[in-house]
Amino acid sequence: MTTAPFLSVRGLAKHYQTRGATLKILQDISFDIAKGEVVGLVGESGSGKTTIGRSVLRLIEPTSGEVVFDGTDLTGLSSGEMRRQRPRMQYIFQDPYASLSPRMTIGEILTEGLKIQKIGTKAERLQRARKALEQVELPPDAIDRYAHEFSGGQRQRIGIARALTLAPDFIVADEPVSALDVSIQAQVVNLLRDLQQRLGLTMLFISHDLAVVEYICDRVIVLYLGRIMEIATAEDLYARPQHPYTRALMSAIPSPDPTARTKRQILKGDIPSPANPPSGCVFRTRCPNALDACAATVPELREVAPGHFKACIRDDLEGSLTPPGA
Amino acid sequence: MTPEPILQIKGLRTVFRVRAREIAAVNGIDLAVHPGETVALVGESGSGKSVTSLSVMRLLARKIGSIDAGSIRFRGKDGKVKDLVALSEEEMRHIRGNDIGMVFQEPMTSLNPVYTVGDQISESLRVHRGIGKRDALEAAVGLLEKVGIPDARRRARQYPHEMSGGMRQRVTIAMALACDPTLLIADEPTTALDVTIQAQILDLMQKLQRERSMGMLFVTHNLGVVAEIAHRVVVMYAGRIVETGAVAEVFRDPRHPYTMGLLKSMPRLGTATAMKRSGEKLPAIPGMVPSLAEMPAGCAFAPRCPFAIDACRTAVPELAAVNEGHGSRCIRWQEISA
Repeated sequence: MTTAPFLSVRGLAKHYQTRGATLKILQDISFDIAKGEVVGLVGESGSGKTTIGRSVLRLIEPTSGEVVFDGTDLTGLSSGEMRRQRPRMQYIFQDPYASLSPRMTIGEILTEGLKIQKIGTKAERLQRARKALEQVELPPDAIDRYAHEFSGGQRQRIGIARALTLAPDFIVADEPVSALDVSIQAQVVNLLRDLQQRLGLTMLFISHDLAVVEYICDRVIVLYLGRIMEIATAEDLYARPQHPYTRALMSAIPSPDPTARTKRQILKGDIPSPANPPSGCVFRTRCPNALDACAATVPELREVAPGHFKACIRDDLEGSLTPPGA
Repeated sequence: MTPEPILQIKGLRTVFRVRAREIAAVNGIDLAVHPGETVALVGESGSGKSVTSLSVMRLLARKIGSIDAGSIRFRGKDGKVKDLVALSEEEMRHIRGNDIGMVFQEPMTSLNPVYTVGDQISESLRVHRGIGKRDALEAAVGLLEKVGIPDARRRARQYPHEMSGGMRQRVTIAMALACDPTLLIADEPTTALDVTIQAQILDLMQKLQRERSMGMLFVTHNLGVVAEIAHRVVVMYAGRIVETGAVAEVFRDPRHPYTMGLLKSMPRLGTATAMKRSGEKLPAIPGMVPSLAEMPAGCAFAPRCPFAIDACRTAVPELAAVNEGHGSRCIRWQEISA
């Protein structure tokens, strides 16, 4: 790829100062997203995936690093300049109950962003809201109703419609289907994939669920304790995971096939505290393949196959670990 | 399995009172759990799976919901069979935590923040067994070791907030097992945990259950977890059992359209690339679960069912015997297959 990336994150870090400790929530995060691409951010609690999503949109201020969006470095912008960028970048939240105001009609919720941005007349704004409802396959009369009148799946569609009214070209979707029941989850995954393709959206898709990510993403970034462990195309990552953490994560997912009930690789212990992350590779304290050398230096994220990057010093593990899904 | 079941539920109906109306959240459930057996109760929000487990434990707030019909026959440690529905609150208190252990979804809410975990585990030993404080604490340390908590003696003196989510769930398991119950009821015990921690907890529960040949009633929405841990599965939809049978058979040859839909709509690792290439979509079940207050006539799943015919909308289907121990509440079970 020779064209400039649509979104480029370079050396992003986020630290929080608490009494006596610095919490290193994100360290040295760099990745690119091409126009029209869907990139997944996966990892467990505390991996920093939501912090990346929010830092990219400057909903929180990163400690250092830059976020270049379509040629503009967002980290240097004043709040007024940032506001001018906001319609292009929207956020879909996880909890369809907490993220919709109970006091506003769906029409008010869907037009609020347009109103703040002073876009269109009231009639035009409502027109846009109606179109967004149609895009998420909700009936037009939803516009005069309140959030509590809808089910979880419908509310999440409203959350998606709210992101769409501003006609963004970049969306951060933060666990958008995690709160939904399985049968509804598949509906919303299909809807998101459909909208993304039809509208040519660029998307950062945050999820703890590797199977959902595989369906919706072109490329996947695996995070652990604030650092990138592995980046690859979805196809490559699921067929040939290279990092011991990615393999362990895949192996931990219970398979809905009782005949495949195999000896799973179970990681020992808990995710360490970000106040005191392990030296060298942050995963080494739980890694089944760790060597003494892993404690010495932070492994660099290097390309091990075309477009496939991993932050692990061991290249001798090929085939020695159980492949995922086996 | 021939031995007597530990738990035998027959015709259980649990109703909620909403604005002077009675709504059945659980509508005629039959199920049995045998010693050493894990039965998974699976379904989506509103299916009645948690209300079933709360009914067994008799933990429904009386003002809101109550058992309207049916029996819950339970065989305790003393070998006597009692109908839990008929017991007084006082008698129930002797059974909960003693004969029946309980583990819930959110360990932080089932633990008391102002007592050390050692105190909380030893409490049930002191209450149910009359063991002295020092001995009970000693036993608590042993239980913490049993559930895989390193440095158990020091951990016993800690408060729940000093522990991770996975550690806390281990503590609630230690509490549930303290009095050697014959039945463990686990309601979404791994849902709030990360996958690598979930794998640890499932492994632990399986191991402890085998060692003690306890019966386990495992409530979950996750079919992957069911496949991993359960011997038999009971699939619930809108307050009724729609399919039940041995896990291997139900997953291989589901005979209810809802079970088929659930199994298909679950994304499977490593299958998406081929689907994306062919432009295939993730199979979803259209529509949503009906509200308990507005149940359709006949089969509750009919409005979402690709196989529904007119006859489905007239009467609630019976649970038909597909095979030994395998039942489906679908009038077309013979014609359909996944």
